[in-house]
Amino acid sequence: MQFLLCGRVYPALHSVQCPVQAESCRLTGPGQTVKLPARMQDSPGSDILIRVRGLTFRRGERVIFDNVDLDFQRGRITAIMGPSGTGKTTLLKLITAQLTPDAGSVEVASRNIHALSTPELFEMRKRMGMLFQSGALLTDLTVFENVAYPLREHTQLPERMIRYLVLAKLQAVGLRGAAGLLPAQLSGGMARRVALARAIALDPMMIMYDEPFTGQDPISMGVLIKLIHTMNDNLGLTSIIVSHDVVETSSIADHIYVISDGRVMDQGSPAELERTASEWARQFLKGLPDGPVHFHYPAGDYAEDLFEN
Amino acid sequence: MKTEATAVSANGRLDAIANAGRRAFVFLERTGRAGLFLLRVLQSIPAVLARPGLIVQQVFSVGVLTIVIVLVAGAFVGLVLGLQGYNVLVRFNSEASLGTFVGLTLVRELGPVVTALLFAGRAGSALTAELGLMKATEQFAGLEMMAVDPYKRVLAPRMLAGFISMPLLAAIFSAVGVLAGYFIGVGLLGVDAGAYWAQMQSAVDFDEDLMTGFWKSLAFGFAATWVALFEGYDAEPTAEGVGRATTRSVVSASLLVLGLNFVLTAFLLETDT
Repeated sequence: MQFLLCGRVYPALHSVQCPVQAESCRLTGPGQTVKLPARMQDSPGSDILIRVRGLTFRRGERVIFDNVDLDFQRGRITAIMGPSGTGKTTLLKLITAQLTPDAGSVEVASRNIHALSTPELFEMRKRMGMLFQSGALLTDLTVFENVAYPLREHTQLPERMIRYLVLAKLQAVGLRGAAGLLPAQLSGGMARRVALARAIALDPMMIMYDEPFTGQDPISMGVLIKLIHTMNDNLGLTSIIVSHDVVETSSIADHIYVISDGRVMDQGSPAELERTASEWARQFLKGLPDGPVHFHYPAGDYAEDLFEN
Repeated sequence: MKTEATAVSANGRLDAIANAGRRAFVFLERTGRAGLFLLRVLQSIPAVLARPGLIVQQVFSVGVLTIVIVLVAGAFVGLVLGLQGYNVLVRFNSEASLGTFVGLTLVRELGPVVTALLFAGRAGSALTAELGLMKATEQFAGLEMMAVDPYKRVLAPRMLAGFISMPLLAAIFSAVGVLAGYFIGVGLLGVDAGAYWAQMQSAVDFDEDLMTGFWKSLAFGFAATWVALFEGYDAEPTAEGVGRATTRSVVSASLLVLGLNFVLTAFLLETDT
């Protein structure tokens, strides 16, 4: 990951002296030293950024995950797919330690995320971006302020530099012109793009998308697909997409896990899943109305039901 | 037949006891959660003191935006006190004591209590609805994912703002009430202006009366804000959940204020004697 300051490229996580003559620098001000946003120091030796082992999670009596193993490879787009209510969003919450599993471990950048102290967890989260289904934008702040929020909270960058970074992030998602709008004035697709700009504000090592395509019109959907793909490639991110939109997700994912009933039903590249032997996975991926998941909810005999006294 | 009826009746009684037990457990569990919540908010307050801008912003939305309703209510309460007080005092030829009556009633009791009830209705409900909506739209989760602690950035500044605003609002309420009592008593009913102020000045003691009102308003501000914040943060993240939480917030805060008023009055009177 590199960082651009006044026309020069720096590796991130450095304090740098502004390279431009003090008086003429438009970003940092005279002779100012700038601490660039923290970039993750993940262990680059391993290909797997997130390793989930033996994950078990229950809500009351209901088992959401039952001894599940998952690997998320560095720099790739991995999709988690499955029917509604199977716990896809719950999985993201477990990966980000918003929830604690009943058993098993989640290692992010070789560290068990559930064993971290609160300050360590917050440090880790600075390196993890998440795009919520609703966008989760702060409703009383403008688009600009929303994107600037993590920079203001976690860096001591001068205002000019923050403006420069925010406008660059908004330009990347095509919404620089909407910088002055409030979240209530945005469409659902625009809100997600702003949330994406905010999620990459601190240059994270990974980004998680929770149902990014749900409720989007075809144009917004196309824009989001392009953005996720471009962000992943250009920023060297590791991406996790949770979705049940099969066509859209398959078009950009490198690897797909299909989950249901608390376990992994199938996995592989989109091409491999096209030829899957699992009847359940085939029914889900092709959207067939009947199969291992029956059209009818379990019930007694139809005739008996009709003619019983 | 009789045995069956007895069994059904016994079962009904057992169900009622089980239900009451269940409700008691839910109440205790919620109270415990509210206590832990308060502890975390209080622990977060030192971090907020370093960013006074956040507190000022919340004092505006919690306190300043409640001023109008406090002004209007204070004026009406003062007008009624003037009328009722005059009506009673004139029977004993002691209408000159109207200032004492209005002043003591407002400063010791009505100022803090009515302001706290208005505060719970206006600012408390707004806080609960705001926090509930933030939860429903995943803003708290979003903050946590940005490595920002919602207790430090969202909850603690609001807690402090409630704590700061309530005594000021109660003071405004009492001041407006005293002026409204003056308007009725002196302006319309012919009580002597000098007697109104002089009696009030000699009867209302700074330590015993003004400070009683101050401590009460501080406690009510703390309690009403705590309830409002907890109900909002604990709300079920749906439209119905936020609605229910807002109603619960106003009802619980109002009852808590009234109960607390009794306890504080008893305690402060005991201390005075």
